[in-house]
Amino acid sequence: MARRLPDRGRLIDRARPAPFRWNGRALSGFEGDTLASALLANGEVLMGRSFKYHRPRGAVASGAEEPNALAAIGAGAGAVPNTRATTQPLRTGLEAASQNHWPSLEMDVGELNAFAAPLFPAGFYYKTFIHPRQAWKHLFEPVIRNAAGLGRAPDGPDPDRYEYFYATYDVLVAGGGTSGLAAALAAGAAGARVLVVEQSGWWGGRAATDGVTIDGRPAADWAADAVARLSDMPNVTLRLNAQAAGVYDHGYALVAEQAPRPAGASGLRERLWRVRARRIVAATGAIERPLAFAGNDRPGVMLASAVRDYLDLWGVACGERTVLAANNDDGYRTALALNAAGLEVPAILDARDAPAGPLVEAARAAGILIRSGMGVMRALGRKQVSGVEIGRIDGSGRAEDRIACDCVAMAGGWSPVVHLWSHCGGKLLWDDGEALFRPDPDRPPLSHDGAGFVIAAGTAAGRLQAPTAMADAHAAGLRAVEGLGEPVSPSPIPAASPVADAEAEGDLRPVWTSPARMPPKLASKAFLDFQNDVKVADVQLAAREGYESVEHAKRYTTLGMATDQGKTSNIAGLAILAEARGAAIPEVGTTTFRPPYTPLTLGALAGEARGPLFKPVRKTPMDAWHDRHGAHWEPVADWRRPYAFLRDGERVKDAVTREIVTVRERVGMMDASTLGKLLVKGPDAGRFLDLLYTNMMSSLKPGKCRYGLMCTEQGFLFDDGVAARLSEDAFLVHTTTGGADRVHAWMEEWLQTEWWDLKVHVANLTEQYAQIAVAGPKARAVLEKLGGMALDGAALPFLGWAEGELAGIPARVYRISFSGELSFELAVPAGRGQEMWDKVAEAGAEFGIAPYGTEAMHVLRAEKGFIMIGDETDGTVTPLDLGLGWAVSKKKTDFIGKRGMERSDLVRPDRLRLVGLETEDPAEVIPDGAHALEDLREDGRARTAGHVTSTYWSPTLGRSIAMALLERGPERIGEVVRMSNGADAPIPAKIVSPVFFDPDGERQNG
Amino acid sequence: MLLLTCPHCGVSAEETEFHPGGEAHLKRFGPGASDDAFAGYMFERANPRGVHFERWRHVFGCGKWFHLARCTASLEVFGAYPADVTAPPEEILAKIRARRPGWEPAPAAKPAAKPEGDA
Repeated sequence: MARRLPDRGRLIDRARPAPFRWNGRALSGFEGDTLASALLANGEVLMGRSFKYHRPRGAVASGAEEPNALAAIGAGAGAVPNTRATTQPLRTGLEAASQNHWPSLEMDVGELNAFAAPLFPAGFYYKTFIHPRQAWKHLFEPVIRNAAGLGRAPDGPDPDRYEYFYATYDVLVAGGGTSGLAAALAAGAAGARVLVVEQSGWWGGRAATDGVTIDGRPAADWAADAVARLSDMPNVTLRLNAQAAGVYDHGYALVAEQAPRPAGASGLRERLWRVRARRIVAATGAIERPLAFAGNDRPGVMLASAVRDYLDLWGVACGERTVLAANNDDGYRTALALNAAGLEVPAILDARDAPAGPLVEAARAAGILIRSGMGVMRALGRKQVSGVEIGRIDGSGRAEDRIACDCVAMAGGWSPVVHLWSHCGGKLLWDDGEALFRPDPDRPPLSHDGAGFVIAAGTAAGRLQAPTAMADAHAAGLRAVEGLGEPVSPSPIPAASPVADAEAEGDLRPVWTSPARMPPKLASKAFLDFQNDVKVADVQLAAREGYESVEHAKRYTTLGMATDQGKTSNIAGLAILAEARGAAIPEVGTTTFRPPYTPLTLGALAGEARGPLFKPVRKTPMDAWHDRHGAHWEPVADWRRPYAFLRDGERVKDAVTREIVTVRERVGMMDASTLGKLLVKGPDAGRFLDLLYTNMMSSLKPGKCRYGLMCTEQGFLFDDGVAARLSEDAFLVHTTTGGADRVHAWMEEWLQTEWWDLKVHVANLTEQYAQIAVAGPKARAVLEKLGGMALDGAALPFLGWAEGELAGIPARVYRISFSGELSFELAVPAGRGQEMWDKVAEAGAEFGIAPYGTEAMHVLRAEKGFIMIGDETDGTVTPLDLGLGWAVSKKKTDFIGKRGMERSDLVRPDRLRLVGLETEDPAEVIPDGAHALEDLREDGRARTAGHVTSTYWSPTLGRSIAMALLERGPERIGEVVRMSNGADAPIPAKIVSPVFFDPDGERQNG
Repeated sequence: MLLLTCPHCGVSAEETEFHPGGEAHLKRFGPGASDDAFAGYMFERANPRGVHFERWRHVFGCGKWFHLARCTASLEVFGAYPADVTAPPEEILAKIRARRPGWEPAPAAKPAAKPEGDA
């Protein structure tokens, strides 16, 4: 059984026990353990259940590639699901739980799926849940949804903090193994600014565990010395627990750093580095491949490298008797390490006929039985492997012998971690000798300057032997600084290449399954992708069914999907697909490597952008006053605006009605500061606005305002507002609240890219002014009380503006109206907005003035038939559709949208056009978006002849009103249409003019 | 995320500091243009795998529009130049030819015999 040994364990501190809980049970490990090593030390080999068949699973690996041992860490809101136990550092008090089972890890009802496994072949879902349609909705989907998914989402907002960190470097070295350190030493000594990141909590990678010596010293000593030298370089930054997760265009990289905090303490949990590096050295090592044999997913069947990692790094024996199944020499290191630790290795099953070389000889010398040409035909046991049946690797799968064991170490060769190289388009080469894909140095991802910016180094470059890996890594570090320009260090010291030494290895035999030609019975029990329960038989079936493209086969079988993205399974899967197709592996190719390398938490991606910081709210100068006076807020573009001002105990609906009545009968005041205000200035300002607006602006006299429309080049209305001519060469253009930035950008685009000969400047002054609308029969009386400007009809007629001082505050007063009432808009410097607001409120008190919000404004304008961009327009509506033909110039030879409006579809006579609707029952308000139902279609359903764009209860008229876009609308005034009303009977409504109130404009002109 | 250099202010910055504006050097067709010419201006765009001329705006920087010659396959940037021209300047074409021997601009992207600014 798995247990802690009294010796070994380079990473653990035996003086510092770390008690933790696993599925509620109290266990203990040491500081330096991972959750997986601590569980194994406690004899807990079973760590989870597989996704599809709920088969019992244990850890296969010892690092980031782990497919099986996924755990939920923490509890409640701070819980993190799907954490790899193999990379989760153990800390005192850690709470961890296994996943994907019910009611418990040991006893899982879902395991019944496994007995039905023959019923769940590749593509099962695609083939099965098709008919009947009703069953999909009510039966299949609810059941599948309940059973699907890995882990459980936390049950509340994350209490922890996450942050971004922006950094630029000359060279980012991804990986702190001996290759990464050698590359960093070379680049650092040359004076480059270097960031070295290592995903695990220790430097030096696996060289020490593999018995490598560098410059005559054990690799661990060399690594410690290298880190010390790098730490002394001011131009080098080192980070542990930081994974280079993704490489993007032009040297952009994401590094996910785990903050070194004790579990459970709230505070910073993760830091996402957003790095821009001129060169990226991918020293990301390699991942060992499992071998596919029946029952290879039994807990206790592990990668050979993982078995020796647990032994060397954490002092853990994964079993008492370990059988090694290998197709190469490297696996022998595990047998030798176990043997040296006094653990039993009953046999090495080597797929090769005549293994030879120093490692093989060492195993022989140690007295370990080597059975060449043999492999595991079947692993026995259930919750833990109990033995193996062995047979000829080139045989039929017949068992010739049986060996009792509690651990099987699989050594299927190594795959370089080419992810970072490939993320941004680096191409791969198939290396037949080593049977692996490695980066093709001639086809790297290119930076903006056309130079390759990722350099693979060491084992990640396919140099699996330590001596060549070390030389390659040193060269990669030097290559990274080539052509970077002036070094930081004034006198660069060229670093000599470290020299590594390790036992020479013979050739691997590229055999992926055991036996090499697998009979169906074994193929249906031999797992390739442990996380997704994809077996050899599934890939073979996919190939037979025509899923020949590797990308199709991946999606059909789910090979290489989910949280581990097939780090351990891809090559064997490709090989089997290739064999089934009768093609070579490089012809089949790989699936696309996409970032991130391992899953990032949503918290890390969001960083500080959550809650109020997700998107800052824009506030007007009078915002605080509104908040104190009962503002019921609504978001409008990035602003917040009062929808209505609620008095004590008042309902929103009642407040809106009261505000409308106040404006119609007395006087109201509204904060209009959010309206866009663009200053358009220059000798060609008039000419420019003539091109932008559909109507003529150049003929406007200084001192006057004009309502105008802007269209897209296609002829569709997209913004409207009032332009005021400030002087011969300057206009102030008002836009909608949401349109200010868009219209500003629109103007810049035309000025800079099409009409660059026009002498015009545009400035966005939206936030420079506070704007207050004062509207209602008493509006003039209120403002006259403030004193300072003549505001009578002669001095300031409708659509005029004047500048002066009102109540001692510099102000521009526009006589414009969106309510149809006598109305003034006061623009004052933003810093004096509150002061002016207070003065208006004070002066208006005797007239019963009250603030009104956006909903009252909407109803007031709808009563007048004024359109609202975004209500009456939706990007397909022309000014003519809205009856605004009077605002489309026929005289101008050109304006944006003129040609577009001439298109045949835009002049169709049966277009939807604006009308008003009055329900037959005045109390009934048509629902928003209701359709006008007409003539039944052939399928028995009504067709729509248009839809409602605005619909309100009008307190002024004491009835409901609506505006609608209807086919041939204005030609049908007086007709009654049926408006849809959800499941209820349609509402009959009469088509009327959209101007419901004061059609002659007597009130606003007064 | 591309790394772009604004030809106006000279700043090299992240792609997120810029805003893309589609194909460069389109000729505007307005009133009087045929349906075909207008449809071409409005809707038809080159989508090459390779050298492409694009419009960008340094929207969170100096605010200026500029043109960019870029390879859509390798993401190499050949150069950036101001937006107030109707065709790529010769020096940009030379840079592209240097890295893509044999490449020739599509007829639309060839330098005009004389500038055809809008009157």
